[in-house]
Amino acid sequence: MAVPPEVAGQAAESHGSAAPKPHLQRDHVVIRFAGDSGDGMQLTGMQFTAESALAGNDIATLPDFPAEIRAPQGTLAGVSGFQLNFSSSEIFTAGDEPNVLVAMNPAALQANIEDVPPNAVIIVDREAFTDSNVKRAGYKTNPLTDHSLDKFQVIEVDVTKLTSLAVHGMGLNNRAVFRCRNMFVLGMLSWLYQRPIESTLTYLESRFKKTPEILEANVKVLKAGFNYGETTEMFASSYEVPAARIAPGLYRNITGNSATALGFVAAAVKSGRPLFLGSYPITPASDILHELAGFKNFPVYTFQAEDEISGVCAAIGASFGGAIAITTTSGPGMNLKAEAVGLAVKVELPMVITDIQRAGPSTGMPTKPEQADLLQSMYGRHGESPIPIIAASTPADCFDCAYEAVRIAVKYMTPVILLTDGQLANGAEPWLLPDADKLPEIKVEFATNPEGFLPYNRDPETLSRPWAVPGTKGLEHRVGGLSSENLTGNVSYSPANNELMVRTRARKIAGISREIPPTQVFGDADGDLVVLGWGSTYGPIREAVKHVRAKGKKVSHVHLRYLNPLPHDLEETLKRFKQVMIPEMNMGQLVKMIRADYLIPAFGFNKIQGRPFKVSEIENRINRALEG
Amino acid sequence: MATALNRKDFVSDQEVRWCPGCGDYAILAAVQKTMPEFGIAPENTVFISGIGCSSRFPYYMNTYGFHTIHGRAPAFATGLKISRPDLDVWVVTGDGDGLSIGGNHLIHVLRRNVDLKILLFNNKIYGLTKGQYSPTSEVGKVTKSTPMGSVDFPFNPITVALGTHATFVARTIDVEQKHLGEMLKRAHAHRGASFVEILQNCNIFNDGAFNDVSDKALKADHQLILEHGKPLIFGKNRDMGIRMNGMRPEAVQLGAGVTESDLVVHDETNLSLAFMLGNFEPPLPTPVGVFYAVSRPTYDGAVNKQLEDAKAKQGAGDLKTLLGKGDTWTVTS
Ligand SMILES: Cc1ncc(C[n+]2csc(CCOP(=O)(O)OP(=O)(O)O)c2C)c(N)n1
Ligand code: SF4
Ligand SMILES: [Mg+2]
Repeated sequence: MAVPPEVAGQAAESHGSAAPKPHLQRDHVVIRFAGDSGDGMQLTGMQFTAESALAGNDIATLPDFPAEIRAPQGTLAGVSGFQLNFSSSEIFTAGDEPNVLVAMNPAALQANIEDVPPNAVIIVDREAFTDSNVKRAGYKTNPLTDHSLDKFQVIEVDVTKLTSLAVHGMGLNNRAVFRCRNMFVLGMLSWLYQRPIESTLTYLESRFKKTPEILEANVKVLKAGFNYGETTEMFASSYEVPAARIAPGLYRNITGNSATALGFVAAAVKSGRPLFLGSYPITPASDILHELAGFKNFPVYTFQAEDEISGVCAAIGASFGGAIAITTTSGPGMNLKAEAVGLAVKVELPMVITDIQRAGPSTGMPTKPEQADLLQSMYGRHGESPIPIIAASTPADCFDCAYEAVRIAVKYMTPVILLTDGQLANGAEPWLLPDADKLPEIKVEFATNPEGFLPYNRDPETLSRPWAVPGTKGLEHRVGGLSSENLTGNVSYSPANNELMVRTRARKIAGISREIPPTQVFGDADGDLVVLGWGSTYGPIREAVKHVRAKGKKVSHVHLRYLNPLPHDLEETLKRFKQVMIPEMNMGQLVKMIRADYLIPAFGFNKIQGRPFKVSEIENRINRALEG
Repeated sequence: MATALNRKDFVSDQEVRWCPGCGDYAILAAVQKTMPEFGIAPENTVFISGIGCSSRFPYYMNTYGFHTIHGRAPAFATGLKISRPDLDVWVVTGDGDGLSIGGNHLIHVLRRNVDLKILLFNNKIYGLTKGQYSPTSEVGKVTKSTPMGSVDFPFNPITVALGTHATFVARTIDVEQKHLGEMLKRAHAHRGASFVEILQNCNIFNDGAFNDVSDKALKADHQLILEHGKPLIFGKNRDMGIRMNGMRPEAVQLGAGVTESDLVVHDETNLSLAFMLGNFEPPLPTPVGVFYAVSRPTYDGAVNKQLEDAKAKQGAGDLKTLLGKGDTWTVTS
C-alpha cells in the first residue's frame, strides 16, 4: 500500500497501533475533495474548512461546482470539487495544485488527476471503482490496478463498507447509509490533520435536528472515520498544521457572497435606512438574495422580481423613496439592467449594482469565474453615463467593498457598480470581524427645507444633488429620463444645458478620486516590473510577486479596488516601473483602460478558462517579462 | 388635514405639451379634479410612468413624480410601494408601454396585488413614436409600420388583467368625465392593484378609435354601463339588455315577453362573468365600469407584515450580533 513519503519515513518508528502515532508538522496543505454532486463534497469541504479555521489556520477555499444540478451519477459532468488550502502562515490562494486528492469515484479521479502533482496523496473509495463506474468515467482499464497511478501515493479505503459497518444494526436503508460516506472521509481526514471535530458535531446536530436517526448515523460514521485514521496501518502518523500567525482579533470564516450581504446590511444599519434588494435568481449571485432574505428584522426588504429589469427598477423606486437600494446579478442580468442603470445615472439616485461575474459570453460557464464585465460596467450603457466601479479582491474584502459602494452611492447620489466573481462568491477565508462601531460614517441627510429647494441644486464639493424623498411637504418634484434643466430639473432640450449636465455628472464621478486613499505598493515603490491587478487575481498575484521578490527580483504589486475613477496617483505610481503587467481573467480590459488613460505600454496576461490563475503561471510570466 | 385640498394643489407649473385635442387632457383634468377628494396631501402622492405620450402625465401633477423608462413603471412603483407603504402610488402607462414592452411587469404587478393605482391609457396606437400599430390595435389596422394592414392579433387589456386574477379591473372613457371620476374613486378606494383601462383618443394618429362609445349620438347604443347588483341594460331608451342564451350572452330588446328579470345581473365578484363581459365584441355593446373587484391581501402589506413578524420574533436586527454569527475564534498575538 502506498503511503505518503513522510509517512513511510516514520513507519519504522511507529510500533503498531498500541502507542499513539506521531504528529508531523506541515506548513500548509492543499486538499481537494472530489465526488459526485450527490456525494456531499461541498459540505465535507466546508466542514473541514470550519474545523481548520477553528484550529487557527489561515485558509483559502475554491469550490468547483458542476453546471448541472444532478448530472447522471458517476459521470464526469457530475463531478463536484472543493479545494482548501490551510496553512500556518499567511496564504493568498486555495493553492495551485492539491497535495491530497480525495476521489470518491472514478469520474472524480479522472476529472481532477491532471491537476495533481507527482507524489501527491490520492485517497479513493476502492469500492466505487467497479467496472461499470470505471467505464462511465471514460477509463479503459481500472486506474487502481493498471499502474497509471504509480507516480502518486494512492491510499485505497473501503469507505462504503466501513460506513455501513459503522451504522450496522441501525436498520438504515442503503441509500441513507451511502449518503453518510462523506462523513467517514471527513472523520478520517480530520484525524490525519488533527482537526477538532466538535464544530462538525454541532453542525450535524442542528442540521439533522428533526431526524435523530440520521443524526446518529452521521455522528457514528464521522467518529468511525476518525478512529479508523488512528487505528489503520495505512496512516503511520498524523500531521499538524500549526495555527497561523495572523492579526489578533475575533475571526469567523466567510464566503464572498456572505460578506457582500453583510456589507450591505452594515451599510444600511449605519445609514439608518432600510435595505432594499431587488433581484432575480442567477448563479453565482443568488446566495446573496437567499442570505438577505433571512435578515428581515433589520429591516431588509428582498424582492424577487419577475426579471432583472424589474429587480433593478424596483431598487431605483425604493431609492426614490429613501431606502438603501441594491440589486445583485451576474453578467446576463447586467445586460438587462443597463437601461435602468442609465436612468439612475441621469436622475442621480443612489443604488449599488453588484455583478458576481461568471464566465461568458452568453450563458457560458455559469459556475465558473471570469473578469470580463469590466468594460461593460464602464461603458455598457447608452449615452454619456459614467458610474463609479469598485471591485473586491478577496472573499472577506467583499464586506468592505459592499460597504464602501453604499457609502459612495449615498454621498455622491449615484449608482455604483460592485464587481466580484464566482470565485470570490463561493470561496472562503478567515475574516477579522470589524468593530461595528468603527465602520466609516454613512450620512443620509434628506432635504427637508422647501425654502429655495431645487432638485438639482448641488453640493459645491461633491456636486451631489439633494435626496428629497416623497412624503416631504413642499419638496414635490418630478424626475425622469428626459434631459433636464440645471437646478430645476424641468424637462429641457437646450443644447448648452444638456452639455452642462453631462459634463457636471462626469465631473461629479471623476471627483470621487479625491477621497481614494493613496495607492499601496506591495514591494518597492519603483523597479523593473509592477503587476497591476483587480478583483480575485489578488491572491495569485500577491503570492507570485512574493516568490519572485524572495529571489531578489525588483517586482512589485499594485491591486486596485477603485476602477472608476482610478486613483489619482496611479499614473505616477505605475510610471516608476519599467514594465507594467496586468493579469486578468479576460481578453485584456483593465489593460485597455490603463493604456488609453496613461499612454503607457502596459501588457496583459490573460486566462479565459473559468479558472483562477495559478501562482506559477503568473510567476513564470513575470520571469519571462524580466528576461525581456 | 387642516385645510381642504383643491384642484390647484395638484396642478404643476409645467406647460402641458400634448397635441391640442388629445384625450390625455381630459384624463389629466379628471384626475386633478378628483385627487382632492381623497384627502391625501400632494407630498404623499407619487405618480410613476413609463415612456409614451401618456407617460408624460407625472410632469403635470404637483405631486412627487417619476418618468422612468419604457414599460417598467410597475417595477419602479413596486419597489417604492413595498418600502414606503405610507405613500399613495399611481402608475400611468399606455397600451404600448404597459402591454408591449412592459407586458411582463404589468401582469406580475397585477397578480402580486401590489397596492398601486394603475391607469392604462389605451389609444390603440403608439402616439409618441408617431403612429405605429400597438398590441391593442385591431387586425387589419393600417399604420406607418403596417401599410398593408396589421396581421397582429391584439390584446384585450381587460381580459389580460383578469387573466392575472387582478383584484380590481375597470374600464372608462376619456370624455366621460363623470364616469372617469367615479372609476378613479373606486380604484383609489380599493386596497391592492387597481387596474383601470381608459379609452383615450389620439386625435393625431388614431382619431375616432372609440367613436362608437364616445360620440354623443352613438354611445348610448354602444356603451354598457356596469353596475354591481343591477341588470345589464343599455341603449338610448334603456330598452336593450344582455341575456344568457345557454352559455352565450346575447343582446335582447326588452318588452315583447322579455323583462328585466331575464337579464344578467352584474356581480363584480364573479370572475367568470367578468371574463365574459371583458370579451364582449360588436355587435354586443362595450362594457364600461367595474368588471371585477374582490379583496385579497396586498403584496406590500404581506411583505411588511413579515418584516414586523421577524422583528417581533427576533427583535430588531443587531449588527454586532449579525457580524459575529456562527463559529468564531480568537487569535491572540
Ligand atoms: C427601450 C425603448 N424602446 C423604444 C422606445 C420608443 N418608444 C417610446 S414611446 C413608445 C410607444 C408608446 O406607446 P404607448 O405606450 O401606447 O404610449 P402613447 O404614446 O400612445 O401614449 C415607443 C415605442 C423607447 N423610448 N424606449
Ligand atoms: S400623438 Fe396622440 S396621444 Fe400623443 S399627444 Fe398627440 S394626440 Fe395625444
Ligand atoms: Mg398608445
